[in-house]
Amino acid sequence: MTRWVGASVPRKDGIGKATGQARYADDLVFPGMLHGRTVRSTVPRGRVRSIRLDFDASGFTIVDFRDVPGRNVCDLIEQDQPFLVERDVRHMAEPILLLAHEDRERLLSANVAIEYDAADAVFDPLRSEGVLKAIDIVKGDVDAAMGNADVIVEGTYRTGHQEHVYIEPNGVIAVPEGDGVVVYGSLQCPFYVIKALKSLLGANRHIRVVQTETGGGFGGKEEYPSMIAGHAALLALKSGRPVKIVYDRVEDMVATTKRHPSIVRHRTGVTRDGRLVAMDVEVVLDGGAYVTLSPVVLSRGCIHAAGPYRCDNTRIRGRAMFTNTPPNGAFRGFGAPQTEFAVEVHMERIAEALGMDPVTLREINALVPGDTTATGQVMHDDCSARLVLDEAVRRTDFRAKRTAYRGTNRAVGLSLFYHGAGFTGSGERTLNSKARLDLTERGVRIAVGSTEIGQGTRTMHAQIVAEALGVPYETIEVAQPDTSVVADSGPTVASRTCMVVGKILEECAAEMKARLGGLSPSEYFAKHGGFSVLKTYEPPDWIQWDDHTYRGDAYATFAWGCDVVELEMDRDTFEVRPIALTAVHEFGRPIHPALARGQIEGGTAQGMGYALLEHVVMRNGEMANAQLTNYIIPTSLDTPEFDIVMLENPYPGGPFGAKGLGELPMDGPGPAVVNALRALALDVREIPATPEHLAECALR
Amino acid sequence: MRFTLNGETRDASSPPMSRLLDVLREEFGLTGTKEGCGEGECGACTVLVDGAPVCSCLVPLVQVEAASVQTIEGLGDDHPLQHEFMNEVGAQCGICTPGMIMAALSLDEHPTLDDIKVALAGNLCRCTGYAAIYRAIMKAKSQ
Repeated sequence: MTRWVGASVPRKDGIGKATGQARYADDLVFPGMLHGRTVRSTVPRGRVRSIRLDFDASGFTIVDFRDVPGRNVCDLIEQDQPFLVERDVRHMAEPILLLAHEDRERLLSANVAIEYDAADAVFDPLRSEGVLKAIDIVKGDVDAAMGNADVIVEGTYRTGHQEHVYIEPNGVIAVPEGDGVVVYGSLQCPFYVIKALKSLLGANRHIRVVQTETGGGFGGKEEYPSMIAGHAALLALKSGRPVKIVYDRVEDMVATTKRHPSIVRHRTGVTRDGRLVAMDVEVVLDGGAYVTLSPVVLSRGCIHAAGPYRCDNTRIRGRAMFTNTPPNGAFRGFGAPQTEFAVEVHMERIAEALGMDPVTLREINALVPGDTTATGQVMHDDCSARLVLDEAVRRTDFRAKRTAYRGTNRAVGLSLFYHGAGFTGSGERTLNSKARLDLTERGVRIAVGSTEIGQGTRTMHAQIVAEALGVPYETIEVAQPDTSVVADSGPTVASRTCMVVGKILEECAAEMKARLGGLSPSEYFAKHGGFSVLKTYEPPDWIQWDDHTYRGDAYATFAWGCDVVELEMDRDTFEVRPIALTAVHEFGRPIHPALARGQIEGGTAQGMGYALLEHVVMRNGEMANAQLTNYIIPTSLDTPEFDIVMLENPYPGGPFGAKGLGELPMDGPGPAVVNALRALALDVREIPATPEHLAECALR
Repeated sequence: MRFTLNGETRDASSPPMSRLLDVLREEFGLTGTKEGCGEGECGACTVLVDGAPVCSCLVPLVQVEAASVQTIEGLGDDHPLQHEFMNEVGAQCGICTPGMIMAALSLDEHPTLDDIKVALAGNLCRCTGYAAIYRAIMKAKSQ
């Protein structure tokens, strides 16, 4: 029995948020502060010919690429994306010039005329010749096995961009400090910003990053804040004054990253009795104009592309392509929602081709302990594909409903999915994350760079430490992520903050408990003073992974889910009304059941938006509907009733049995919705399934 | 420009066409009211004007002359809605929370689920899928 773990204790940040006292980036004001603005390209590809300032420049600070003291590249996986255009423009809304002024009205009305020599742009990843990253996963002999199949099913599946729509747009403030800056910002990864600014401003310059309260991230504040922080820092260094850059919604939508659009082609050989014998998969992602995180998004997408199924002969060929659109980037699920959409709709079509019930097809092929994935990873007892499938089917009476709704405007659809927790393969070993616990006069303090972005990091970490130390939850303090204070626990991404960072904290707490020797923290402090415990993450020793062949244990463990959606469609308007959604998830064990439920409900709602509503319209390489008036995310009236089931299957490598959870809920709703629509006799293979798209499907 | 702000008579010196949102945040330092979209779609800037929820990004200062404006700060820190938003995890990232709470204030006691959904239809939340917000309001409004 645990006391704090498993209890829905009050959030550490709950009351501050409910009273409006929590301080977000735009709520901060510094003496002498200027407002900053980014002047951006208005062609998708070309060369800057001239820049003319059509305003009175008095009182303005103006920065271009020549003001960069270090390297003009945003240091991420590659060093290809400039902070400021030097000559060549590769996408719309690319930053060219920075302006700052203390009067926001004057700043916004300043007109800059830029002339370009425009060049031909490429928007279609299938027409692009620029391969950003290629990945090939091969298991068995696909060609030979395909020849022995009874039935071969082929299909192409597409997903569109998706915009994060964190309700707080991006914002940072750079304040001169020493010979450098301190950056306060709405961001997920403070140490990513440090890395980028060291490259931009010079490795020896003083740089400190402080995460302010952050109004949602979902991956959208993983890498892009480094760009904004660089811009604010350049303006602050040149002006010698604090500079705030807060994007409005339009700029945030036009300029920052989105989920990668995908085109996934499947060719699958099956036996007449429904066994998958050969899976041939081609994944194409639209990476946009720079590398950013696309190689790892492609990696996760490819690893998940065969779905949670056994197949001895599998070939997955992935390509991320350059196009002249703003770079796509991290978004909850990170490539897996795209490829799992494709495989789950494809499984539905295989069942249709065989005349088989879709549940039976999945029952026959779902991974069980002892099976291997496409990369050859052996499944152990933490594999719960059948557990979640069986419970979802039983709970929703899926088969009976499927029959009962035939010929009506109502339908049910199902998806089975999984999500690898933590960084892929050797990633966690390379990251070498650290966590620290401090014994202070106030009690015990957690000092990690993992950020609270709404998901409950502070609360969940404090529960783990309280439990492992045997002290009250209320006495655990969580330090604000300030890179001069906290340990680098790695980025707040990849469903790793609980499973990986929580695990290090559990070990820190165990060591601290041993050193306390039976004394309470306050008794120990009074007698001996404070101390700190710093530990490094040690991934499970059995993980074997080859980055070149893509063979081995891709993830320490997977979380599992099965979604059943029930919906109605108006046959005249093709408007779809989701009625109920059952999500059966297994993610080890919930540390805080109410927070975990919130992750599932929120991620599922995002997935429903992805499936039905969220349509990014690109025109000449630029988002044409960059406002919340016509980029539609689910409102209270669009969101169905949720039935959330959290099955437990504790994972020994995580704190108190927990796996990663945050991204899993994003993977299921898209295919579940489309599979329900397919039961209405519409051949849908693409999301968002807007009424316009469904009308086209009906005409086929 | 004179109006009542959280129960006190105040004089604003901002230009009359200033957005009420900016006046609240910048002239009066009441940063609990948030800007999410600037076009009245997200509801993060919801305040009460004479008891009715409005998007303060769409309201010019001149329109609240002699009116009563209430912001999240006017609720203090001990309102049942605030406690239940915390207890039920109706607040995740928290940026929509002040606006949600102001919109929920307009509901009568013992609202139905449909009443709540309609009352919140102009307030976007990207974290919760709304379910925990309904639970928080249901609990607060049944006390």
